[in-house]
Amino acid sequence: MVEHGDIRVVHRGGSKINFREPVITNDSKFLLCASGECVKVFSTSTEECLHDLRGHTDLVTGVIIKPSNHLQAYSCSADGTVRLWDFTDGILIKTYVIGHPIYSIHASASHEGVVFVVTSMHADKRPDLLQLVAVHLPRSGDQMVEARELSAVLSDVSSNPLAIAFGRGGEFIASAKGLQLEVYIFRKQKAYRFFLKEDNKKGGRNTFTCVACHPKDDCIATGHEDGKIRLWRNFNQKKEYTYSTLHWHHSAVSSLCFTPEGTNLLSGGIESVLVQWRYNQEDQREFLPRLGAAITHIAVSPDGSLFFTSHSDNKITIIQSCLKVSAAIQGLVKGENVTTDLMMDPRSKSLVLNGKPGHLQFYSLQRDKLLYNLDVVQQEYIHESGLQQFEVVKAAFDASGTWLATVEERKQKGAEVELNLKLWEFDEQTQSFVLNTTISAPHEAQITDMCFCHSTDNQTTMLVSTSKDGHFKAWQLDAQAHTEADERPSWSCDFVGAYHSLVPECCCFSADGSLLAVSFQEVVTVWSTASWELLTTLSQPPKAIRNLCFGRLSCSKYLLGTTGNNLLCCWNLLTCSLEWSTSMDVSLLLADPISENMAAFCRQAGSTDLFVFKPSEPRPLFSQKAVCPGKVTRAIFAPREEMLESCEESSQWLNRSQLYFLTQHMDLMTFTTKVEEDRLMASSKQLVIDDSVAMTPFYLLLGKHRQQDSRDAQSISAERTPLPQGSVAIKELLQTPAHVLPSTSFLCSMFVQSLLISVTDPREEDKATEEEMESEKEEEDSEEEMESGTTRPEQAPLGRQAAESAAPALTKAQVRELRRVKKLDRSWFAGLLDS
Amino acid sequence: MGEFKVHRVRFFDYMPSAIRAMAFNSRTERLALARADGAVEIFNFADHYFQEKIIPGQDGRAAEALCWVGQRLFSAGLNGEITEYDLENLKPKYTVEAYGGPIWAMSSNGEGTLLAVGCEDGTVKMFEILSERIQFQRNLERQKGRIISLSWHPSGKLIAAGMMDMIRIFDAETGHSTYRLLVDRGFGPSRCKEVVVWSIAFLSDHTIISGDSAGKVQIWDGLTGTLVRTHPVTKWDVMALSVSPDESSVLAGTSEGTVIQFQFITATMDQQDKEWVRTRTFKNHSHDVRALVHTETAVVSGGMDTQLVVRPLLDKVEKNTHESALHKIAFPHRNLVCCAKKAGLLLFQFSDHLELWRIGESDGHGKPGDSLPVKRKPEKLIQLKRTGEHHICSSALSPCGGWLAYSTLSVVRLYRLQYNDNDISITKVSKLPKELRSVHQLCFSSDSSKLFASSSHSSVIVVALNQLECKYLHTLRPKSGSVQPVHLLCASEDGKWLATASTDCEVHVYNLCKQKLHCTVPVYSSCPTAIGIHPTTSNLVVAYADHQIFEYSLIQREYTDWSRKLMKQGLHRLWLERDTPVTHITFSSKNPAHIFMHDTFMFCIIDQSLPLPEARTMLYNQMTLRSLPEHERLRQSHAFKICKTFKHLMCVRLLEDHSVVVVERPLLDIMSQLPAPVRQKKFAT
Repeated sequence: MVEHGDIRVVHRGGSKINFREPVITNDSKFLLCASGECVKVFSTSTEECLHDLRGHTDLVTGVIIKPSNHLQAYSCSADGTVRLWDFTDGILIKTYVIGHPIYSIHASASHEGVVFVVTSMHADKRPDLLQLVAVHLPRSGDQMVEARELSAVLSDVSSNPLAIAFGRGGEFIASAKGLQLEVYIFRKQKAYRFFLKEDNKKGGRNTFTCVACHPKDDCIATGHEDGKIRLWRNFNQKKEYTYSTLHWHHSAVSSLCFTPEGTNLLSGGIESVLVQWRYNQEDQREFLPRLGAAITHIAVSPDGSLFFTSHSDNKITIIQSCLKVSAAIQGLVKGENVTTDLMMDPRSKSLVLNGKPGHLQFYSLQRDKLLYNLDVVQQEYIHESGLQQFEVVKAAFDASGTWLATVEERKQKGAEVELNLKLWEFDEQTQSFVLNTTISAPHEAQITDMCFCHSTDNQTTMLVSTSKDGHFKAWQLDAQAHTEADERPSWSCDFVGAYHSLVPECCCFSADGSLLAVSFQEVVTVWSTASWELLTTLSQPPKAIRNLCFGRLSCSKYLLGTTGNNLLCCWNLLTCSLEWSTSMDVSLLLADPISENMAAFCRQAGSTDLFVFKPSEPRPLFSQKAVCPGKVTRAIFAPREEMLESCEESSQWLNRSQLYFLTQHMDLMTFTTKVEEDRLMASSKQLVIDDSVAMTPFYLLLGKHRQQDSRDAQSISAERTPLPQGSVAIKELLQTPAHVLPSTSFLCSMFVQSLLISVTDPREEDKATEEEMESEKEEEDSEEEMESGTTRPEQAPLGRQAAESAAPALTKAQVRELRRVKKLDRSWFAGLLDS
Repeated sequence: MGEFKVHRVRFFDYMPSAIRAMAFNSRTERLALARADGAVEIFNFADHYFQEKIIPGQDGRAAEALCWVGQRLFSAGLNGEITEYDLENLKPKYTVEAYGGPIWAMSSNGEGTLLAVGCEDGTVKMFEILSERIQFQRNLERQKGRIISLSWHPSGKLIAAGMMDMIRIFDAETGHSTYRLLVDRGFGPSRCKEVVVWSIAFLSDHTIISGDSAGKVQIWDGLTGTLVRTHPVTKWDVMALSVSPDESSVLAGTSEGTVIQFQFITATMDQQDKEWVRTRTFKNHSHDVRALVHTETAVVSGGMDTQLVVRPLLDKVEKNTHESALHKIAFPHRNLVCCAKKAGLLLFQFSDHLELWRIGESDGHGKPGDSLPVKRKPEKLIQLKRTGEHHICSSALSPCGGWLAYSTLSVVRLYRLQYNDNDISITKVSKLPKELRSVHQLCFSSDSSKLFASSSHSSVIVVALNQLECKYLHTLRPKSGSVQPVHLLCASEDGKWLATASTDCEVHVYNLCKQKLHCTVPVYSSCPTAIGIHPTTSNLVVAYADHQIFEYSLIQREYTDWSRKLMKQGLHRLWLERDTPVTHITFSSKNPAHIFMHDTFMFCIIDQSLPLPEARTMLYNQMTLRSLPEHERLRQSHAFKICKTFKHLMCVRLLEDHSVVVVERPLLDIMSQLPAPVRQKKFAT
C-alpha cells in the first residue's frame, strides 16, 4: 500500500453538535446532527452515536430529511456540495456539486427534486451578501453530479438557518434579516417585505433573530432581540398585514419551533428555559426551566412526541412532550475559554479540560463522547452575571494517572485571591478520582504553572507549583505519615524555592525526573530534585521565558524554551550552553510524551503556523503555514490507540500520536493523514463502487453479498458453516425492506445455497463447538489485554496469515488469531485479502 | 426672541375627570365623550380632533352610555334618566325618566327609530324616537338581574343583552328571550363571584362577542347559541368592546389599560372561512379603558386616566401624515385660566369653584436661564364656590382685576373685587339684567367698563359696568343667522372691536362704537381655536385647528400682505405636524411686530418683520441661534421663535410689565392624583 502523506486540518472529535438544528427522523428513532465535517446519527432512546456520515471535506452546515424519502437525508457543507445519504446504513448515495460554500439547506415536500440552499454565488467578492437559491437536483445515475440548474429565490438573506422557514405545505418561504421580514409566495411568485422600526421608545430592539411557520395556518412566528415573539398574519397583503406580540423572554429569542400539529409554539433563549405557548391561547404557557445552558436550537420530532433542544454548552437535551427531560447528549463542553490546559488522562486516554463551571470534563476523543465530569469545586454554581465564583484554573496528571492535582481560584474585587490546591487519587474500586488532600492557600498569589514529575521509576510522586508570589513549591506524598490503618497518605510541602525574588512563570521536569527547570522571567534555573540544589542557570535576555520544555527519549539532554522576543532556544544540559536558537514568535511549544517530537505554534501575520521538529535535528519534520486564523494557545499530543504505518517522512510524526489544538473560536481541530482517512472511510462502511455500475440500492445489496461471499470463501473455509438462521444472507433477506430487494428468482438460489450444510463428520463438529467456547474465553482475555494499552504490533501475525492464506489447512492458533482480527476490522481485512 | 421674566406657575390643580363613555358618529365624524363629572364633549375628528363643544356637567348626572341617533345625542346614566342634548345651546334639552332603576346601557337600532335601554331591574325598555322627543314604547321580557350591556343586531330584529353570568338574546319584535348563553366565571377565588358581561357586540353574521369581568373575550354563534371561542386576555376585567364599521376587527379594552385587537382573518391564503384571531395589543393607558371606539382608521380609547387617545391603525392610513400620528388629548382646547394683566392676578376655573391668585414677585436680576429668588410668595386670595348643581362653564376676570364673572348653565354671577393693601373684599352684584341667563362665554373689555357674554344663536350681549350698577346695553347678532354657539370672544385693546368665533367656523367682528357688525372674516374650513386683535394696527389674527394662521385687516377688510405671503409660501411642515391647537393669541406692547401664541407644548413669538421659514430650514432653531455669532444669527433667524422649555401649558400671558406668566400643569401631577391602577406584575420587580 502506497501512502500519500498529505496532511489536512480537520474537525474530528469534540466538534460542536449544537452548530445546527438537530434533525429527527420520521420514526423518532434517530437524531441527525451536523458535527464538524461529518453528520452524526444518534439513537434517541439510548443517546449513543450509532455512526458518522463521513464524506464532506469541510464543515457540515445543514442536514435535512429528504422530503420524498424519509429514509434519506441531505447534508450541505461549506465545501460546496450537497450529499444524499442513507442514514440508517450510513451510505453516501449521491453527491451534488454546487461549487459555492453553502450555509444552510431547506426543502419542502411540495418542491419535488428541488432543495433550497443559502450560498454566496455572486462573482463580486461580497461574502456578506447571501442568496437563497433553488437547486434542481439532476436525475442521473452517477454518484457525483454537478447541479447546474440554480435559480435565485431571495437575495440578501441571513446566514443563520433559523432565519429561514418554509410555510404551510411549502407554499411560501419566510426569511428574516435585520429589521426586515420577507415572505415569498411561490404560487404568486411575489415577495412581500415587512419592516420594523429599529428602536421604539420603550427600548425594544426589534431585530429579527429567528423565524418559524405554522404547519397548518398562514402564520409566521418571529423571534426578536428584545425577547419578543411576533405572530404575523395576513401577510399576503401589502398593507393589511397584522401581528400580535408575545413577550416572556427577557433577552433575545434564539429559536422558535411549532409542534407538527401547530397546537404549540416552543421558544428558547439565553434564559435556558423552554417555553411552550399554546397557539391561539398564548397566555397559557408552560415552562421547562433549568436546562443548564442557553438554548440555541429547538426541534420537534415529526410525531410531536419528543422535543430536542441544543444548548450553548454543546449539549442536546431530549424532552418528552409533557416537558420532562428524558435524556441528554453531551458533546465536549467549551466555554469562553479553557483555563486549564488540554491534558490527557493517562488512564482513560481521554482529553481533560475544564467544562461546566467548577468541573473537569473527561472526554474520549476516540469515541467522541463525554465520559464524565469531575466536580472539583464542589460548590453550587450560581447563574448570575458579575458574580465571582470558584473556577478551576489549573490541573495536572501524574504519569500513571493515579494522581490529579487541581487548582481553583476565586478573585473578588478588593479582596485577595482565594486559592485551593486539591490532590485527587484514582480509586480503582469506584473508577473515579477521590479527593485526597485539600491545601487551602498553597501560595499567596496566583499559581502560574504546575506539573507532576513524570518519571515512572521514582518512588515518590512529586508536584511542583509556581506562583506569582515569587516562590515555587514542591509537594510530596507523605509515605511515613500513614501509621494508622484507616488514615491515608496525604500531601505536604517538601521544598520552597525562590530565585532573586523574581516571579516564576513555567516549570518542567526532565524525562527521568532528576531535573526541574523553573523559569524566572528571563532566567531558567535548573534544580536537582534529589537534593533541591540549584545546579545551573541559563538565560537569554532581554525578554521573559514564555514556554519551557524538556526533550524526551533520545533528546532528553535538551531543554527548550521560548522567549517573549520571538526566540526559540535550545540548551544542551550536558554542556550548559545554548545549542541553537531561531527567531520565531512561538505562542505554544509542546512535547510529544511518547516521541522526541516537539510542536511549535507560531504566530505569523494573523494566522498560526505549525512546526514539528526534533531538538536534535536542524530540519523540521513537518511544517504547515496558516494552520488556522488567529492564535493557538492550547494544544495536546494524544497518543493513538493503534499505530499508523505511514512511510512518508512528513507524516511519520503522526503515526503514534495525534495533535489536537484549539482555535481562537474554540474549535477543536486535528491533523489527519490520508491513511487515517481511508481507514475511517472504510470503517464507516462506505462502499467504493465501479463507475460502470449504477448506484442503486440493489447494487448496494449485491455488492455486499459479493464481498461477504468472497470473504467466506477465502478465509473461513475451515470453519464450521453457520446455521441457516445465522447466515448473513438470510438475515439480509429478512431484514432488508421488500421494495429494495432483488427479484425472488435471484434470491432463491442464494437462499437455497445458504440452507445447504456442508458435509462434516459429527466428531469434528463437536470439537469445533468446544473450540468455539474456548476461543471465546480467550477473546475476552485478549480484549482486556488490548484495553490495557499495550501497543502490540499486529503486522507480524497479519503478514504471516496473508502469506499462508494459500495453504489449505490452518492451525488452531491461526484460526483464532484470524477471528480476532476479523472482529476488529472486517472490511479492512477484506481489502487486504483482495490485494 | 427677546428676554422675559417668567412667572412659572404650577399651583393650578386642574384635574380632568375620568372618561366614562364615548360614541362616534361616523357620518359627521364627531366623537361624543362623557366624563365622570357629567360633562359631555364633542370632538371633530374631521378637523384635527378639535374639541368643538363642551356641555358642562351637573352633579349626580354622570352618563353611563352615549348614543348618537342621526345628529341627535342621547345619554343615559345611573340616575335612571335618558337625556337628549341641545348641541346648539350646549345644554340638556330634556330628560325622560325610564322607571327601571339605574340605566347601564343604551343602544339604538340601525334605522334610528328605537332606543333600547338596559336597567337595573332587569328590563330592556324600548323608547320610540320622535322628532322632538322620545316616548316609552314597551318593555322586553323582564329578566332576573341587571342588564349591563346591549347590542342590536344590524337588522334590528334581535337584541343581545349582557347580564350577570349570562347573555340573553331577545327578539325585538315579540320581546321574548330566545337564547340564554351562560358565561363562565373566573378561576380560583373569583369563582364564587358572579361574572359581569360588561360589553357585548352583535355582528351582522349573528356572531356575538362579549367581554366580561373574568377577563375574557368570548365569541358566540348567535344562531345556535353556542360558544365558539374564548380568548382570555387579562386577569382583570374587559370593560369595553368596539367593532369596526366593516366588522373585520374588534377591540377590547381592559382594566390593565390595554386595548386588544381581534381580527377576522382567513387562516390560510386560499380558503374563505375566516376566524377571529387576537392580533395587536395597544398600551396607551395606565388605568382602566372604559370607553372604546373603533373608527375606520383608528382606535379611540379613553378611561380612568382621563386622556383621550387616538391611535391610528397604520395599515389603514397613509404613512407620515397627520392621521398616522398618535394623539393624546389630555387638556381641554380652551382657556381655563384668566389673567388680569394690569393687576397681576390669575383666575383658575374648576368645575365647581374658582380660585383667584396673586402671582409672586421677585426683585432679583440674573442671567438668562437663572431662577430668581421669590420676594413675595404667590397668594390665593379667593376661593369662590359656585351656586346650583350645574358646573361652571365659563369665567372671566377684568384686566384691572376689579370684576369677576362666571356662568353656569342656569345662572351668571358678577362680583366686584376691591383691594386695600393686604385685604380683599368681594361683593356680589345683585341685580343683573335678565338677558344674562344662559351664557357660554364671558369677556371683559380692556378698560373693564363692559362685559360681553355670548348667548344662543351666536349672539353677544353687551352689559355696561360701573361702580353702582350694571346695565344691559344691547345684543350683537351676526347676519348669517348661525345657530352654533360662540366659543371665542376677544375685545380689542382700544375698545373699538369685538371679535367672536363660533363652532361653525365663522369669525365675526363687531364695531362697538357703532354697535353693529363690522365684517365677517371669510369662512375657512377649519374651526378657529384662538383669535386676537392687534392693539395698534387693528389686525385680527386667527389660528385654526389645522394650525393655519391668518391675519385679517379690520380696516381694509381683507387679508394682510403678511398673511397672503404666509398663505402663498405655506407654513413649515413641523408647525403643521404639531399635536395641539393654539389656544391663545396676544400681542406685545413693546414690539408691534410680535405675535404671541401658545399651545400645550410650546409658546411661540411670531416676528412679522423677519422672513418666513423655508421648508428646508430648521423650525426649532433657538438653541442653534444662541451658539452663532451676532451677524450669523440675523441671517439664520426666521419669523417663528419657539420656546419649548415649558410643557403642558394651560396659559401663557404677557403682563403689563412685560413679564410672562406661564401656567403649567405637568401630566405627572395629574397621574399622581389618580387612584392606583390595578396591580400588574412587572418583570424584574
